[in-house]
Amino acid sequence: MDTCDLAGLLETLCPMFVLVDEDGRITRVGPTLQKLHPDHPMAGKEFLEVFELVRPRAVTSLSALMSLVGTKLHLKLHDTPRTALKGLIVPLPQGKGAVINLSFGISILDAVRDYSLTSSDFSGTDLAIELLYLVEAKSAAMEASRSLNLRLQGAMLAAEEQAFTDILTGLKNRRAMDVFLGHLISGNSPFALMHLDLDFFKSVNDQYGHAAGDFVLQHAARIMVEETRNEDTVARIGGDEFVIIFKALSDEGVLTAIAERLIERLQQPMIFENNTCQISASIGTALSTQFTPPKAAEILNAADLALYEAKRKGRSRHCLYSTLAGLQQGDATSGVSSG
Amino acid sequence: MHGLINRAVQSFVCATYGQSCWLRVTEVAELGFVEFEAMLVYDDEMTMRVLDALCADLKRPRAEILEDLGTYLVSHPNMEDLRRLLRFGGVTYVEFLHSLDDLSDRVRLAVSDLCLPALELIELSPTEYQLICHSGLAGYSSVMVGVLRAMADDYGALAMLSHDGKDGEAELISVMLVESAFAEGRHFDLGARKS
Repeated sequence: MDTCDLAGLLETLCPMFVLVDEDGRITRVGPTLQKLHPDHPMAGKEFLEVFELVRPRAVTSLSALMSLVGTKLHLKLHDTPRTALKGLIVPLPQGKGAVINLSFGISILDAVRDYSLTSSDFSGTDLAIELLYLVEAKSAAMEASRSLNLRLQGAMLAAEEQAFTDILTGLKNRRAMDVFLGHLISGNSPFALMHLDLDFFKSVNDQYGHAAGDFVLQHAARIMVEETRNEDTVARIGGDEFVIIFKALSDEGVLTAIAERLIERLQQPMIFENNTCQISASIGTALSTQFTPPKAAEILNAADLALYEAKRKGRSRHCLYSTLAGLQQGDATSGVSSG
Repeated sequence: MHGLINRAVQSFVCATYGQSCWLRVTEVAELGFVEFEAMLVYDDEMTMRVLDALCADLKRPRAEILEDLGTYLVSHPNMEDLRRLLRFGGVTYVEFLHSLDDLSDRVRLAVSDLCLPALELIELSPTEYQLICHSGLAGYSSVMVGVLRAMADDYGALAMLSHDGKDGEAELISVMLVESAFAEGRHFDLGARKS
């Protein structure tokens, strides 16, 4: 069989072959390979002039290339778009040159587009078309999965938001407060915690009904949101009990001022369906820095003790935990301010 | 039934008969939701309820609606991805017909939990074929008639398709190829990519 017969055979079997003569000059190339160089016939050029050998490196002559029988060759077109190719070289008998069979490998996706290849450019045994099919099919399936994931994530966030929200007031609920406290403590961020209890709320409920009670709670919630910063957390943790967490705030003077303003505003009469609802608030405040290491339950308990003290002193008051008897210097009354 | 199948029905109904028709159907079928998720699996019975409700709403026989669904899957712009995947089957319509033997495997390669019944093409003559749709998915042969008809258009071939009775559990479709290059056919660019 002469090289002409051989080329005919190769055109069908591997349409990306290169036949080179003993000097490393290209004598024939397969029809698909020629499509990579549409304007200039490859035949007649030096093999290493058209293709650059990427691996194994340091091979610059055909004779060196000939010694690489059975080794996988990594090549690139010298011209842009410098398509990557894989290859295998087999010398022809009697030193008459060699056959180099090329394929795209992973660069097939770009190559098919760059050179407008069609299925007839690949031999019937080539898996190229199956690979392209698989890429498209998997991308479509992945897209569907991704869109499902996005929707599920949206639903999850909404459910989480709902689980952390007090429906009546729109404030955070007890669960959210626990989570938030946990975050602050594990992150070693100092904070102040106010425990606020509405005074005379029960009598509003008893006198004017639950609708009035709900209105008062919503109104009180709005006041607490307005009197605190965005980064503070206001939570309704029980019927008429609230907790406010002030991130990175441990100035008791500032906290006292906030508490007094809260009490003052909550004492303003609220009008619901021509009925005047009059409530007030008692507040106890503790600082995370008063405990080493800070624990959520201890801080809550401290604020609770201070709240109890404020109530005991006649309600509508704010009490700092630091002023409670037997805790630190000073007596229990000095921190209690009337609102 | 795989979500992709349910989703195909939903997409077909919405695109062909409108959103309001789909909402009526989901209500009558008592789904409890209006959107199927493509990548979840649902009870087979749900799909059957949807199809029953759809037949009742449109007052058309199920086989006819399923044929239209098959046509929709190939010819509607919404379904371009699917048409492309089918076109990977071959360069000509006849090659495509022969590739149907591998269709269920190809589908599983892409979505491993989507099991479609096996198809088998018998070549009676170069212009006469019989497609055996094996059992496993009620109505599959009706959908396939619609798919094959639309794919013939896509390749520019002129083919006559009809149901050809049953062979045991399997349903038969006869394909008569009148002209393999009847019209231009739709363009298929192997390297086309979504922008």
